[in-house]
Amino acid sequence: MRKGIKNWGPPLLLIAPTIIILGIFVYGLIAANIQVSTTNRHSLTPATEFVGIDNYIQLLTEDRFLHSLLNLAVFTVVFIAGTMIFGFIWAWMLDKGVNAEGIFRSVYLFPMAISFVASGVVWRWLLNSAEGDRASGLNRIFESMGLGALQNSWWNEPVWGMAAIAMPAIWQLSGYIMALFLAGFRGIPEELREAARMDGASEWKLYRYVVFPQLSPVALSALIIVSHMSLKVFDLIMSITKSIYQTEVPATYMWVTLTSNDYAKSATIATILLVLASVLIIPYLIYTNRSEKETR
Amino acid sequence: MRKRLSLIAGIAAVGLVLTGCSSSGGDDEKASDKNQVEVFTWWASGSEKVGLDALTAEFAKQFPDIEFINAAVAGGAGSNAKAALASRLEADNPPDSFQAHAGAELSDYIAADQVQDLSSFYTDQGLDKAFPADLIERLTVDGKIYSVPSNIHRANVTWVNTEVLKKAGIDPEKAPADIDAWLVDLKKLKDSGVETPLALGTEWTQMQLFENVLIANLGAEGYSGLWDGTTKWDSDGVKKSVDQYSQLLGYANSDFAGLDWDAATQIVIDGNAGYNVMGDWAEAAFTQASQTYGTEYTTWATPGTEGIFDFLADSFTLPVGAPHETAAKDWLTTVSSAEGQKAFNLAKGSIPARTDADPADYPAYQQTAMKSFKEDTVVSSLAHGAAAPVAWSTDISSAVGKFGTDTNQDSLVTALVAAADKALG
Repeated sequence: MRKGIKNWGPPLLLIAPTIIILGIFVYGLIAANIQVSTTNRHSLTPATEFVGIDNYIQLLTEDRFLHSLLNLAVFTVVFIAGTMIFGFIWAWMLDKGVNAEGIFRSVYLFPMAISFVASGVVWRWLLNSAEGDRASGLNRIFESMGLGALQNSWWNEPVWGMAAIAMPAIWQLSGYIMALFLAGFRGIPEELREAARMDGASEWKLYRYVVFPQLSPVALSALIIVSHMSLKVFDLIMSITKSIYQTEVPATYMWVTLTSNDYAKSATIATILLVLASVLIIPYLIYTNRSEKETR
Repeated sequence: MRKRLSLIAGIAAVGLVLTGCSSSGGDDEKASDKNQVEVFTWWASGSEKVGLDALTAEFAKQFPDIEFINAAVAGGAGSNAKAALASRLEADNPPDSFQAHAGAELSDYIAADQVQDLSSFYTDQGLDKAFPADLIERLTVDGKIYSVPSNIHRANVTWVNTEVLKKAGIDPEKAPADIDAWLVDLKKLKDSGVETPLALGTEWTQMQLFENVLIANLGAEGYSGLWDGTTKWDSDGVKKSVDQYSQLLGYANSDFAGLDWDAATQIVIDGNAGYNVMGDWAEAAFTQASQTYGTEYTTWATPGTEGIFDFLADSFTLPVGAPHETAAKDWLTTVSSAEGQKAFNLAKGSIPARTDADPADYPAYQQTAMKSFKEDTVVSSLAHGAAAPVAWSTDISSAVGKFGTDTNQDSLVTALVAAADKALG
């Protein structure tokens, strides 16, 4: 083993550009953002004083911000539940064996190829809340199928409106979750299933006690991926409703404060979003790190 | 050998970082060319683009030596442009002139010392005489004027489908005297079978309707007092307006939150609603649907606001540190000149800020607007940035948007008071 600079120098040099760029553009900017959030920079004029956590206290006691958090919570719960349930069921059905599996796989995965903005524009029309004569989109379809009673105001509903916004997101991401689960199913060695069958396990018991437990790491990854996507949701909401009070989430609220030049407030919202995302992601990173060490 | 290699790699890494800093050197070259003017707008499509093109053609005629550089940023009704502009101003790299809504929306730039006082330009060009005194008063902040309006729009206009009203036995030519009288007509219209007598759209159109109701109840002086603190936001006039606004919402289409203004206006054009309160850019929507002013549709000042002109305007500024200041002033000269205003406003469908323009050059609706602009009391529009600084108007917008979902009058008044307290300090 050689010691000293000859040993660690070249690898360090190779990753140096990445470290420097990440250091400046990610961690440096996070630090700058937190710094702005502790000042009174509420307009284009430069900050004049340090206000500590005042901005955070103000924001967390503000009805409007709490409303945006509630919206985000409704969206997140529906989005996660929807993608996990559909993704899992589709993967399970494909795993049970169907004809033309490839076609189904692509059909389920295709929506993911569309950007949130593009699908948002279409869903803006599908989720139009007009009913009766002026109905369009889904309401029009219901009306013409004689299912007029199913018409509803979609995202115009005060509390559960965000669940309607989650629909396009579920439509887009379920296929991805399906792919993750399908990979999980395929990763389970055939021998395990055969052994279970030899022991007389029924098909349901085989899944319940052999297959599903082995899927939990996949499920956890899927959960982390969709939940951090849901925290960041911005483009979908902007293209369906624009930034209005009713469908406001922290990310769109941040945009509104930024464009009205309230830099301190928008930095505060950004920091809170970062903390929310870290709460989810850091335990996950620790967990995967540990389990990787164990398997080594 | 190995050492040399790592040395090269090290230099390469440092070089990569340094290139990030070196690209800002190119700007000096641009500044050395005096005969240029870089104008920043969000006029990148539609009638606005046509208007800007007409204005630059006029500029080329008046100042043939100066090259016009169009720095338009498209998208988001100006929000993309404003974000791009903020970062340029922050980096001390301002354009020679930028577009901004006239009035209070400029106050952030003024407070940050980013725009120059144009009062002497106004006297040099005689604009203090050419523009109506009311408008000058609205544009003046602490005795100084910071921008030159290129066009004027009116925000207190009610667009009326004459057919729908006639069917319900209402005379479309006669505007109701006040909001209460209007509510009676709305009820009549609804009883006659028009499901949604009043067409309404997304948050800012709700704010515009609310502002119309405020003007109707408070009058010009009382309404203007809202913005300097002389009228209280929990006064009876405001409370009455909130109550009337709430009743008006009851006559609106239920899907208003999701409609942009043109979709809302379309409801009136299609004859599914009788009224729509919208700025006078709606004129283009009616003419495009080949309807004729006076027969298929008509307009009046929103009930109760007769004799008041609720204005909004686009305007051009002179930023502090503009690289070509003389050329920028030449640009402002064209913008404010009678020819420049005519070229721009004919293309965009708005009216000139100058009172010496000849109405005969303009179409029917604009003629009525020009007449009122000359004679009426001018007040500033809230929904379009003339009345309040951006932060204040977004607070009001959110409160009004919330009211659209819960129609809780007390919480709207509380939110309006809180927003005013925050803004006026």
